[in-house]
Amino acid sequence: MKLSRSPWLIHYDCSSCNGCDIEVLAATMPRYDVERFGIINTGDPMHADILLTTGGCNHQNAPVLKQIYEQMPNPKVVVAVGTCACTGGVFKDCYNILGGTDTVIPVDVYVTGCAARPESIIDGVVQALAILDQKYEAYTTDPKAKEGN
Amino acid sequence: MMRIVLCVVYLIAAPFVGCLLDGCDRKITARMQGRQGPSVYQPWWDLQKLLAKERLMVNPSQFYLMASYTVFVVISGALFFCGSDLLLVFFALTTSEMFMVLAASTTSSPYSSMGANRELIQMTSSEPMVLLTAVGLYLATGTFSVAETAAMGGLPIICKLPGFFIGFVFILTIKMRKSPFDVSTSHHAHQEMVKGVTTEMSGATLACETIANWYEHVMLMGIIGLFCLNGTVWSMLLAIVVALAVYFLEVLIDNTSARVKWQTMFKLAWGVTIVCAGVNLFVLQMLR
Repeated sequence: MKLSRSPWLIHYDCSSCNGCDIEVLAATMPRYDVERFGIINTGDPMHADILLTTGGCNHQNAPVLKQIYEQMPNPKVVVAVGTCACTGGVFKDCYNILGGTDTVIPVDVYVTGCAARPESIIDGVVQALAILDQKYEAYTTDPKAKEGN
Repeated sequence: MMRIVLCVVYLIAAPFVGCLLDGCDRKITARMQGRQGPSVYQPWWDLQKLLAKERLMVNPSQFYLMASYTVFVVISGALFFCGSDLLLVFFALTTSEMFMVLAASTTSSPYSSMGANRELIQMTSSEPMVLLTAVGLYLATGTFSVAETAAMGGLPIICKLPGFFIGFVFILTIKMRKSPFDVSTSHHAHQEMVKGVTTEMSGATLACETIANWYEHVMLMGIIGLFCLNGTVWSMLLAIVVALAVYFLEVLIDNTSARVKWQTMFKLAWGVTIVCAGVNLFVLQMLR
């Protein structure tokens, strides 16, 4: 049983300029068609296995991001898409910006780029799938060990 | 004996047939949109994934309500393929939907509650046609029994009930929760109401809904097939062809239409019911 054959993802825009968001959407369009890997862009954290984040985290959206992450059932992975989601990018030193996604929730894969290209987003998600399978194995051997899932 | 065999075959094979139909639906949808699309086995992998995931529940009763929904859908399908009373089949199906509405209402999520409300509106829109279908079949054959209707000689019932058939195909889009009538749940990634009735469901609870859908779709296709049966082998082939054609039509409608407001759905469904079924009913009464 491989979870990676049916990865459903949820996309949350922390405070992105929409550059990366458009590229995420482009990945679901006919040219790149991520659904051929069984990937569905769902809007519901309860259904999702992969959390895709774009943009740097700020004080307002940090609790929202945390809540979305907590609503996702285990095992789950997080992919930070774009420079801002990885480190905070050019907004890093702004008074309202906390930094990258990993300042709020644990991140498994970092996809860099401004904006991240659809090819690299798909590559990042495919890498996340391998991590998802590893986490599932750890989850089945010890369901109580949910730390890090 | 034949009835029991058919019923057992339905209970065992329906999830696989439903799964394959769902897989073909996703493949055809992708091709219609100019994409390659996932494997036809994708829904099966999705189900395995859902069963493997953590059971995260907002309210424990939700799982039992969804399990009841699945059981009642299976019962209504089993009754249908058993050749039982068509009215009983439709009542069991309606009861199952009530469980789904209850499951969605047990959470305090606004999206789930909104989905539950809309599911009730969907039922209000489609139920008159469902009941009239049973009435129409009775007027044409003189019996509510599915087995007797299927074995009735002469021309297929669709020749006597074209209006009822059109009306039933129309409300099938509502029953299958497909666009433009997917108002209670988002069939595609529209975000306005997250996922409606299934918003707060995950893992095994969502798996129940998926399995129930597969059983329900096979049964609905069975009802479509019933319109074409007259006890002969060629009519069985005709029934399969017509059911597959109707399924394809539903996929086509799903891909070529945007979701409508519930008011439009309500008016359209009742309009089509009154015009198609009403005229057909009138003609049937005149001919009697």
